[in-house]
Amino acid sequence: MTNSINDLLARHTLIFTIVVVIFSLFITFFSEPYGNGLISTSFVKTLGKTVCLCIIALAMDVVWGYCGILSLGHFAFFGLGGYMIGMWLMYERTAIIVQEAAINELLPLTETELSNAIGNQIFGVVGGYEIPSIWMFADSLGLQLILVIVVPGILAFIFGWLAFRSRVTGVYLSILTQALTLALSLYLFQNDSGLRGNNGLSGLQNIPGIEYLGQEVISIGFFWASCIFLISIFLLFHSLMKSKFGLIITSIRDNETRVRFLGYNVEIYKLFIFVLTAIISSIAGALYYPQAGIINPAELAPIASIYLAVWVAIGGRGKLYGAIIGATFVSLFSSWFTGGQAPDIPLGMFTIEWVNWWTVLLGFGFVIITIFSENGIIGFLRNIFVKEK
Amino acid sequence: MKIKFYIIFLYVFFINLPAVAHHDEFNIFLIENSENIIKSSAKTVDSILRDIQSFDDEIVSRFLELWKSKSLYYIKDTKQVVIVNENEESLDALEIDGLTRIGNYSKKEIKKIKPNSGVRAKIDSILVKYQISNSDINVRQKSIESLKRNIRPEHLEVLQDAYINESDAELKTVIDRLLKFAIVKYSDSNDKKLEIIESFKGDTAIEIRASLNQLLNSSEVKVGISLPNNKNIARVIVPGFTIKNSNGTSGTTNFFNEDIEISINDAYDKLYADNLVYKKRITQDELKKILEQNISGDTIGGYSISSLDNEQSRIAAYNKLVADNLAPPFISENKINEEVNKFIFYSIYNETSSEVTNAALNTLASINFRVQIYKYIDLLIDGLSLASIYFLGAIGLAITFGVMRVINMAHGEFIMMGAYTGYVVQQFISNHTLSLLVALPLAFIITFIAGVIMERLVIRHLYRKPLDTLLATFGISIALQQIAKNIFGTQARPLTSPSWLDGSLSLSDDLSISYIRIAIFILSLIFLGLLLFVMNRTRLGLETRAVTQNPVMASNMGINPERINMLTFGFGSGIAGIAGIAIGLFSKVTSELGSEYIVQSFMTVVVGGVGNIWGTLAGASLIGFLQKFIEWFNPSNTLAAQTYMIIFIILFIQFRPKGIVALKGRAADD
Repeated sequence: MTNSINDLLARHTLIFTIVVVIFSLFITFFSEPYGNGLISTSFVKTLGKTVCLCIIALAMDVVWGYCGILSLGHFAFFGLGGYMIGMWLMYERTAIIVQEAAINELLPLTETELSNAIGNQIFGVVGGYEIPSIWMFADSLGLQLILVIVVPGILAFIFGWLAFRSRVTGVYLSILTQALTLALSLYLFQNDSGLRGNNGLSGLQNIPGIEYLGQEVISIGFFWASCIFLISIFLLFHSLMKSKFGLIITSIRDNETRVRFLGYNVEIYKLFIFVLTAIISSIAGALYYPQAGIINPAELAPIASIYLAVWVAIGGRGKLYGAIIGATFVSLFSSWFTGGQAPDIPLGMFTIEWVNWWTVLLGFGFVIITIFSENGIIGFLRNIFVKEK
Repeated sequence: MKIKFYIIFLYVFFINLPAVAHHDEFNIFLIENSENIIKSSAKTVDSILRDIQSFDDEIVSRFLELWKSKSLYYIKDTKQVVIVNENEESLDALEIDGLTRIGNYSKKEIKKIKPNSGVRAKIDSILVKYQISNSDINVRQKSIESLKRNIRPEHLEVLQDAYINESDAELKTVIDRLLKFAIVKYSDSNDKKLEIIESFKGDTAIEIRASLNQLLNSSEVKVGISLPNNKNIARVIVPGFTIKNSNGTSGTTNFFNEDIEISINDAYDKLYADNLVYKKRITQDELKKILEQNISGDTIGGYSISSLDNEQSRIAAYNKLVADNLAPPFISENKINEEVNKFIFYSIYNETSSEVTNAALNTLASINFRVQIYKYIDLLIDGLSLASIYFLGAIGLAITFGVMRVINMAHGEFIMMGAYTGYVVQQFISNHTLSLLVALPLAFIITFIAGVIMERLVIRHLYRKPLDTLLATFGISIALQQIAKNIFGTQARPLTSPSWLDGSLSLSDDLSISYIRIAIFILSLIFLGLLLFVMNRTRLGLETRAVTQNPVMASNMGINPERINMLTFGFGSGIAGIAGIAIGLFSKVTSELGSEYIVQSFMTVVVGGVGNIWGTLAGASLIGFLQKFIEWFNPSNTLAAQTYMIIFIILFIQFRPKGIVALKGRAADD
């Protein structure tokens, strides 16, 4: 019995990997640079972004669906990752532009002149030219990539350690994580936060050094990178959750007190999962925002994190592929409906325009799923499947 | 027509004989000076204004008034100054008294006299003398008002006379105060100044502070080998270090003020401008420009161009140019410091007497102490009103989340529904007071019904799953928000408060409380009372507490838990609706109104302690006062204040996970 379940699960990961790879190849062969251009570059970007959202949905599923911590702050880590990579992208690109402009100058620029010129380009909008000290690593891709992992990691560690240590659980923890997100986005909204206030970071789609390749090729590159990362994270989480460690994690979800009585240090387990998923969210963000091109503090608003929970709940929590289905389903439908492509429904005197009514449908649909199918779409499908059997 | 004039003439001639006599003299004066009146300038007008004062007050003030308001004309031929009555085709010229008709002229024969602004100002300052002693109190008040805006040395005497002659007590105090300002500003007697400055102690009026600060105006930066002995020194300036205080003294940089008064480089430039040093400072930009002018091939002064990418090598190349006599010498940073340190920089008060400036500093310090106390009181009031706003936002939650333990993310949308109810009612009832009286119960009823529906359809199914409740109610929240957006649009809708809530209760120049804040404070007190009454003194409250503590036992006692849950949730939602109207009164009504309050509201309940209304009050007070307190340190940045406040709350929860007012015993178990 156990073996057959394991086989099934093993096959799941294999099927998943094959599906993603075939899907990626399919997209590549119909893309503009490598195929007949049936799929536009902007749609490749949409798909690439959706894949990144699937990754953070996976992280959310692990922390909530498996470990039972309803974090309403993981999108903040996602945004932080975007900010960290965005700093390098923006700094390096501006530096290149400034240096190109400096060729016309008679004398080579001194370091101060260079940094003032870059600072003026980047921080002119918030009225300044001094480069804040938090940008001190922005000229190095390597260091900034390390920051993508370190900054959210440390933030998650401090917050998680404080919260789990004093045994804040359930809805209290949710509200606290939401407060953390709110604090972070409010902080970033300030002009003197050093991250350009509500202007955010922009022009991130132009990757310094490989700009000559063109957006068509770069978008395919990012799409592949996102897909590979998705597969690796899926495999990582799958093996992690299948292991003894995963069993303890699910036990903590089901009965935290009992696990503690069995002698496990629950706080360490929860902290590990919280920090790990925060880091993965951050990396997903670092992959997402170069495709989106712009990041601003509104992206980190608490509502984004709640939406994340909504995706996972709609897909079906406690199952990795549930999270992926939920994220794909909701985000693609969302762009379909709000993009004005869905046909409006005329009701005689009143026409339902989906651009305006999609959120209402999503909201109520979500309520119905929560009440009637605890495990989302996956649970719903399995119910049908089981009945047939 | 002619007969009428004849009668007027007779009247003037016989009854008001002395005035006419004066009037004739005045006419002669006008004819003598007509040239200067017609083409007046700030220079020529003084003698006229001096001489004119020997005439009868009434005539002079009338004349000056006309002159100032550009209502005087002159006949081109005779240069006679007149006033005119405009007809359709022609102009009736009259003498200045407005009674004696001179004749009818065409528009070409008569021209307007237009004094320039300098002349008008001079006329004004003389005119004040006449107006201030006018028998009509309105004229006197008006002239005092104009004096307040534009007071001059010559008014000192006028004000002194006016103070003695003024009969109206209220106006007398105004004149008294104005006189004091005039003395402080213009009097020659230091004793008088000192006396008045002393009397200002403890009076926090803004005008007084302005008048004292003006007395403490100080000069631009001055420099010398040593401090002058005979000057009233305001401050000694250390370039690159000290800041200028508003009272003219110098201070050191601190957290609130980092703007140094003069940098070392600027100080050196000042020395150069004052001819105290003879070598001009070469700025980096100038250095670069000179280097660029001396490019020869790939090198400048023997240095290759590509090596000049740092300041040291640039200076080295420049010094090479200096050695070749191609550029003025470069002053190094050390040299600049050395030169600047040789001199002393200072600023002197415009007021020459140090006794007076010291007294002013002293009085200002005592006033500022009092102002500081007012500011603390103001801070307290600010905190109190923010606390009442948070309390209003959270009070419905105190029931649904605090007592029933239902996480209702759509709570904010109930607040929004209440606010929109207020707006819609105002569209039908234009009387704001009446519409408010209608809207309050209506908002309660609507949100009560919405709450009951939500409880029946959604929350009832999820009582044992708090996280699911959170998500489901979030779904309702985004749906309701979007529906509101679809109905009312995205722009903010006004919910106008009745006129008796406009304005504010002013306690001093620095301390005023708007009535709307008081109203919100009172409203939140009423809510608190109502809530305590319902929960502790009514059947519903008793049954609610019973059901939340032990539903099975409660139902054994004959209570229907379903019914109680439904009613309690409806009650909490209804209160949110009323709070919505209150919140809508001071902020704009938008579909996002509720979501702005939801996080803070939950924090309020959590910090205060779940399950206790007093806890919610404590939480709201803590958060409200704390936020204002943090804002106080950096008033320009409310976003930062909110950020720090939230971080504080996160830390606070670490140490008191159950909130300020924690439940004890069995009820504390989740």
